[in-house]
Amino acid sequence: MKPTKISNPEYFHKVVDCQWACPAHTPVPEYIRLIAAGRYTDAYMINWESNVFPGILGRTCDRPCEPACRRVRVEDEPVAICRLKRVAADYKGEIDHLIPKAPEQKNGKKIALLGAGPVSLAVARDLMPLGYECKIFERDPVPGGLMRTNIPSFRLPEEVLNEECDRIINMGVEVQYNKEIKSFKEFLKEDFDAVFVGTGAPKGKDLNIPGREECDKNIHIGIDFLASVAFEHVKKIGKKVIVLGGGNTAMDCCRTAIRLGGKDVRVYVRSPKVDMKASDWEIEEAEMENIPIYENHVPKEFIHENGKLKAVAFEKVKAEYKDGRRKLIPTGEPIEIVECDDVLMAIGQDNAFEWIEKDIGIEFGEWDMPIVDRTTMQSTLPKVFFGGDSAWGPENIITAVAHAHQAAISIDLFCNNKSLKKRPQPHVFLESTKMGLHEWSYDNGYAEVDRLAVPHADPKVTLADRKVEVELGYDDRMAFEEAARCLNCDVQTVFEEKRCIECDACVDICPEDCINFIQNADEQELREDIRVPALNLAQDLYVSRKLPTKRVMVKDEDLCLHCGLCAERCPTGAWDMQKFFYFGAQSHDGCKK
Amino acid sequence: MSFIKKPIARHPNLPKNKLGLTRRDYEGALSTLCAGCGHDSVSSAIIEACFQLSIPAHRLAKLSGIGCSSKTPTYFLNKSHGFNSVHGRMPSVATGANLANRDLYYLGVSGDGDTASIGLGQFCHIMRRRLNMVYICENNGTYGLTKGQFSATNDKESKSRKGVDNMFESIDLAALAIQLGAGFVARSFSGDKDQLIPLIRAALSYKGFAFIDVISPCVTFNNHAQSTKSYEYFREHNEAVGFLDVIPENEEISVNYGEGKSIEVNVHDGSKMVLHKLNKSYDPGSRRKAIGKINDSRDKGEIITGLIYLDQNEEDLHDTLLTTEKPLNQLKKKDLSPGLKKLRQVNKSFS
Ligand SMILES: Cc1cc2nc3c(=O)[nH]c(=O)nc-3n(C[C@H](O)[C@H](O)[C@H](O)COP(=O)(O)OP(=O)(O)OC[C@H]3O[C@@H](n4cnc5c(N)ncnc54)[C@H](O)[C@@H]3O)c2cc1C
Ligand SMILES: Cc1ncc(C[n+]2csc(CCOP(=O)(O)OP(=O)(O)O)c2C)c(N)n1
Ligand code: SF4
Ligand code: SF4
Ligand code: SF4
Ligand SMILES: [Mg+2]
Repeated sequence: MKPTKISNPEYFHKVVDCQWACPAHTPVPEYIRLIAAGRYTDAYMINWESNVFPGILGRTCDRPCEPACRRVRVEDEPVAICRLKRVAADYKGEIDHLIPKAPEQKNGKKIALLGAGPVSLAVARDLMPLGYECKIFERDPVPGGLMRTNIPSFRLPEEVLNEECDRIINMGVEVQYNKEIKSFKEFLKEDFDAVFVGTGAPKGKDLNIPGREECDKNIHIGIDFLASVAFEHVKKIGKKVIVLGGGNTAMDCCRTAIRLGGKDVRVYVRSPKVDMKASDWEIEEAEMENIPIYENHVPKEFIHENGKLKAVAFEKVKAEYKDGRRKLIPTGEPIEIVECDDVLMAIGQDNAFEWIEKDIGIEFGEWDMPIVDRTTMQSTLPKVFFGGDSAWGPENIITAVAHAHQAAISIDLFCNNKSLKKRPQPHVFLESTKMGLHEWSYDNGYAEVDRLAVPHADPKVTLADRKVEVELGYDDRMAFEEAARCLNCDVQTVFEEKRCIECDACVDICPEDCINFIQNADEQELREDIRVPALNLAQDLYVSRKLPTKRVMVKDEDLCLHCGLCAERCPTGAWDMQKFFYFGAQSHDGCKK
Repeated sequence: MSFIKKPIARHPNLPKNKLGLTRRDYEGALSTLCAGCGHDSVSSAIIEACFQLSIPAHRLAKLSGIGCSSKTPTYFLNKSHGFNSVHGRMPSVATGANLANRDLYYLGVSGDGDTASIGLGQFCHIMRRRLNMVYICENNGTYGLTKGQFSATNDKESKSRKGVDNMFESIDLAALAIQLGAGFVARSFSGDKDQLIPLIRAALSYKGFAFIDVISPCVTFNNHAQSTKSYEYFREHNEAVGFLDVIPENEEISVNYGEGKSIEVNVHDGSKMVLHKLNKSYDPGSRRKAIGKINDSRDKGEIITGLIYLDQNEEDLHDTLLTTEKPLNQLKKKDLSPGLKKLRQVNKSFS
């Protein structure tokens, strides 16, 4: 193999598993260390800069970082990255003075943002400090998008949502509420330098099986139901409720239903439970509230009597997997009839762009979706940009934020007549953490602690009031203990071959058998030849230049604990533990150079 | 010295031995030696060899004298028996222990000061007696623990870190061992585990006195440009006589190295030792040739390594003294007091 180019920032970035997996590349280990140090405000600000909604995300993020966390490979349970973020948000101090202000003197460019969901808000946050005039047009009377209308208050209290939305709007964003854009063609006549479409994927999927029309009164589209609850148009539901679907929306629907008076609330899923789309923790929470989930049940008919819904008829199936594809095969068992008063349908979301005329220069591709550039977020009409759920279908908040940063960069480049392809580079630096012979500026010991469970409020209280938050969050002591579980994957093992005397000290001490001195070979061979074969292909091998004995140093990054023992045992300082800081570029980096 | 505890986390795919243990189950406390000390690598080779041999920790006793090298038994096999004795006196403790219980593996770890200076007398006699043990001398040419005085194995041409000359001839421990009756004599290097681990395995499987002289650089006091026991010097002057494979019981020897080039030896524990010679004419079965080879290499400025001498007649002190096979602590009163009839017989034999 060729020697690893550690000067390429993406090499070490990838070693920081959580940050690499986070769509917005939040510097996770950095904020976790700040939490351990009790510096909650600083921890919040690092989050706010990269992911815009730390308080909201600390409660609701889909947390792609957690399955990626190294601790999963080292033991089992990831660091509670997401819930630590909440700690920063809950315990932070005064931050108003730390928030960048929009300049009095505007730069003369006007940006329209359609929809006041997380994606538009984040674009506005990035652009306001640069002097842009941002104007949001929102159908609803309040900001937040699905975060407000669909994420239930027992997961995300209104105050948290308001605080973080207001912080952006208070930078001076103009918002026109109750304004639904019905014709884009008309809208584009207005005088805006760029337009950002952040209208989400607002249409819940329907299920056209016999009885659907007749029972319309008691069959509700999940996301519309949740929105009606949020806006307090709906305050109760029947005693027996069936929720159809296995995603997160289904989990929110069933948990909302039991809070609105549902006594016998059940979830029915077409697939086996293991294939459910909902996050494990969302399923767990529903089950903790004693909501049963029935797998392998395909709804066939809504049964009604005198024009009123009576029951749902299910066919039982079993899953067969062939060539990576799943087929649901009827088992032949008799049809199962399950009585109910109401049905909530949570079987997916679609985009709806009826309001975008097809002759205005925005091209549409597959599934009637606009063609959007994956990097620049630009549509085929140069001044129109998309992001969030409106770009490629339903995702999540953190993805919306990541889109927003890219869209803001693009809008800024666009308004300055610069090429959108020349993207600004991330901020990176690498500095030694060495403080003494065997002392580092981070805590390099391995915490033998299991993941701490987040305490919950009394279910008697939370089930009686849909606005009471279920999770209480960590207290400061728990946060400290959980923070210690982080392995500091951003403190990199940096190897300098010209200092190495090949004494083997690092090989001998390494608790995870990461380090090897062997004959060079191609990657596949090296992966097999090292002390413990490197079977996790998603993780890189760090290969040095040739050493005096003609061998090379090969380190498998997979299970490194960043414990620094290799560097402590190295007599010549050939290994050093260096903190790698990576911060993704944002719009304020775009036109500097 | 590291202040943190060695993380308990370990690689999930670590190989397991016959006892279902991983290499890490043979570890000891975190070393307090200087970073980069050769002795730590020797400890790690011992760990690997014991792991590979599936030795149950409680079947092994580790013994040592005084010195950085003699401290190392703390850093491996923390579930084994151990005795950290007086300077240079490990051989007498080993002899006592071995005579009391021949069922254990005895692994002595010493240094060149501990062995070739204060302990030289004891070292010589333990070899004459062919005590069944493995004796590893971690040889760095210096008294590491007492801050770097020349030891008796330091080559005459090898200066101190500050440039002071060494006035005396050095003792070659391997040559001495062959001379005095050790049945298994090898030399190796702390930085060459591919060679060292099989040697330790073979030594542990050998019955009789097995001596391994391991060049193990002292990074702090004797790893400089004018030293002949530095990492760099060793690598430039190493001349291996061959390499050794230890083939466990019931396993086939798979590689054939050509006629006259390999020697197969059955070891009493059922395994086989296969020595692949790099030079066809070299005969490790001959004392005279082995000593000659050590001297020749020395004259050429080379350090020979590998299995230098092997006496295939595996015999130990118990065979000579016809002592009881049972460990003393397992002898019953009946075994110890043979009764009046037997006593009369014994007495009669003197008349
Ligand atoms: C039930 C449910 C639970 C969820 N839970 C989570 C969770 O826990 N964590 C997570 O990360 N994600 C979750 N999501 C997904 C997440 O809410 C969305 O991915 C995210 O809100 C998308 O942001 P957005 O700004 O692109 O769109 P939205 O949040 O959908 O915002 C779009 C906004 O545009 C407005 N709008 C639409 N059309 C027009 C128009 N023509 N004119 C003017 N305004 C318009 C809408 O009113 C809305 O306010 C959940 C989704 C659902 C349905
Ligand atoms: C009876 C006695 N004399 C002298 C000493 C001082 N002393 C301690 S260690 C040592 C030399 C150790 O050298 P070596 O065996 O080569 O070990 P190294 O530290 O080099 O590994 C000496 C002389 C002692 N501890 N006890
Ligand atoms: S251990 Fe810490 S730094 Fe490493 S992936 Fe997990 S949260 Fe991130
Ligand atoms: S920091 Fe060094 S010693 Fe620790 S696990 Fe990583 S490579 Fe091994
Ligand atoms: S003084 Fe020398 S022998 Fe002793 S621990 Fe340090 S390097 Fe090793
Ligand atoms: Mg010594």
